Amino acid sequence: MTVALLEVRGLKAQYGPTRVLHGIDFAVAERGITTILGANGAGKTTTLRAVCNMVRTEGQVRLGGERIDGCATESIVRRGVAHVPDGRGTFMNLSVEENLRLGAYCRRDRAEVALDFERMYGHFPRLKERYRQQAGTLSGGEQQMLAVARALMLRPRLLLLDEPSFGLAPLIVQHLFEILRAIRESEGIGMLLVEQNASLALQLADHAYLLETGRVVMSGPSATIRSDESVRRSYLGY
Amino acid sequence: MNMNLLLHQILSGLATGGIYASVALALVMIYQATHLVNFAQGELAMFSTYIAWALIQTGLPYWAAFFITVGAAFVLGVVIERVIIRPVENGPILAVVIVFIALLVIFNSLAGWIFSYTIKPFPSPFPAEPLFGNSYVSSHELGSTAITLMVLLLLYVFFRFTPLGLAMRAAAQNPVSSRLVGIRVGWMLALGWGLAAAIGAIAGMMVAPSVFLEPNMMGGILLYAFAGALLGGIDSPGGAVVGGFIVGVLENIVGAYVGTELKLTVALVVIIGVLVVRPSGMFGRVHVVRV
Repeated sequence: MTVALLEVRGLKAQYGPTRVLHGIDFAVAERGITTILGANGAGKTTTLRAVCNMVRTEGQVRLGGERIDGCATESIVRRGVAHVPDGRGTFMNLSVEENLRLGAYCRRDRAEVALDFERMYGHFPRLKERYRQQAGTLSGGEQQMLAVARALMLRPRLLLLDEPSFGLAPLIVQHLFEILRAIRESEGIGMLLVEQNASLALQLADHAYLLETGRVVMSGPSATIRSDESVRRSYLGY
Repeated sequence: MNMNLLLHQILSGLATGGIYASVALALVMIYQATHLVNFAQGELAMFSTYIAWALIQTGLPYWAAFFITVGAAFVLGVVIERVIIRPVENGPILAVVIVFIALLVIFNSLAGWIFSYTIKPFPSPFPAEPLFGNSYVSSHELGSTAITLMVLLLLYVFFRFTPLGLAMRAAAQNPVSSRLVGIRVGWMLALGWGLAAAIGAIAGMMVAPSVFLEPNMMGGILLYAFAGALLGGIDSPGGAVVGGFIVGVLENIVGAYVGTELKLTVALVVIIGVLVVRPSGMFGRVHVVRV
């Protein structure tokens, strides 16, 4: 059996005395896209935060077979885990270009970084138009693109995406998901995707987990989950 | 009114203004990261100047002592952040402020205890006679202004054009996102303290020849620097520098034409005036909170 890119066992997380995750198991295959679905407050964002140790956690998190639970957030990032966080995490006072430069902060391959700048501007021409502009003045959608581009500048092995469609116009969401699909094909990045838009997420992902108040209540290949009666009614709405 | 006198006052005001600008910049650097004014900034500078004095006493040439002192101040700043500030970093604001005040008192007393409270002359690296035969500014004023401007330029280049400088700016304004791109935020803060202490040390060594070396020498200067930082905008490094220069000139002109007794009042009037009229200063960002 091959080692999963990300393997999580018995993950618990809490904010102060409030436990949000009650021991969940999930995995992201190498080059795989896994999505976590659930209602508001189910613990989706917390799951992503727990993977890179931004909240108090217990349980095992393995990246490529190596334990990363207990490592500092910045060390986990340095091992190739990029995060498009909840709220976009824009460096408001810095320029668009500086935001992208920060994304590549841990990389030493300068020539490649320069190429990646061009690639990101290719994916998101809007960012190129505004590369000198202060990032705080971008629209919400533009900041979301910037967040995705910044995360990709790390050249991650694993990309954590917290609601990448948030605040984007439907056409741009389609475009963004095409880019994500293309990047998975061309670069073999594994992705862990959290989305409100369940039907979109299930189209992109090959594996899905359903989270309810901090517990996994259902999991399986996306196709199976999509055809499940109760999921369809509660999350897909038809 | 004598134009020569006015010109002279403005030029020497710019010279002391450069000192205020440096200390103001050091205050702003800590402020950006912690949103608190480091009251101990002046005493750190004073203590560093004593280190320079002690090194010069051992027979070291001035510039050797200068650079060793800058290095020592940097290390001192880093150590203070790591050992003393870090444990209270996430504590209540008042706890951090108390620590700052404690540091002020500790370094003041330490300097008095080790080096005594007697006033000491501190050498200037610049010649005693005015440069280029001018009659407006002394060599020391000119030299210290040049050094201040050089330091400011170096800092600008560092923060604007180097990856480390960018990472420090990022860490100060958005620690969470900074961690998510792999920046070691804790070390960036420590580095900020080191840089602020090093800038303060240079300011201390540049001002000591004119105010003489004693444990309380930075008291007034910190006040002027604070006024400068507020005037320029406490969260704007460029503004702090401009504010420092303005306060320097203002102080000198008031001292010459109104009376030296009122010099320190200038700083206080500026502080109150800015807080009343425009709390974010000339270049500071106005913080609007959505409710």
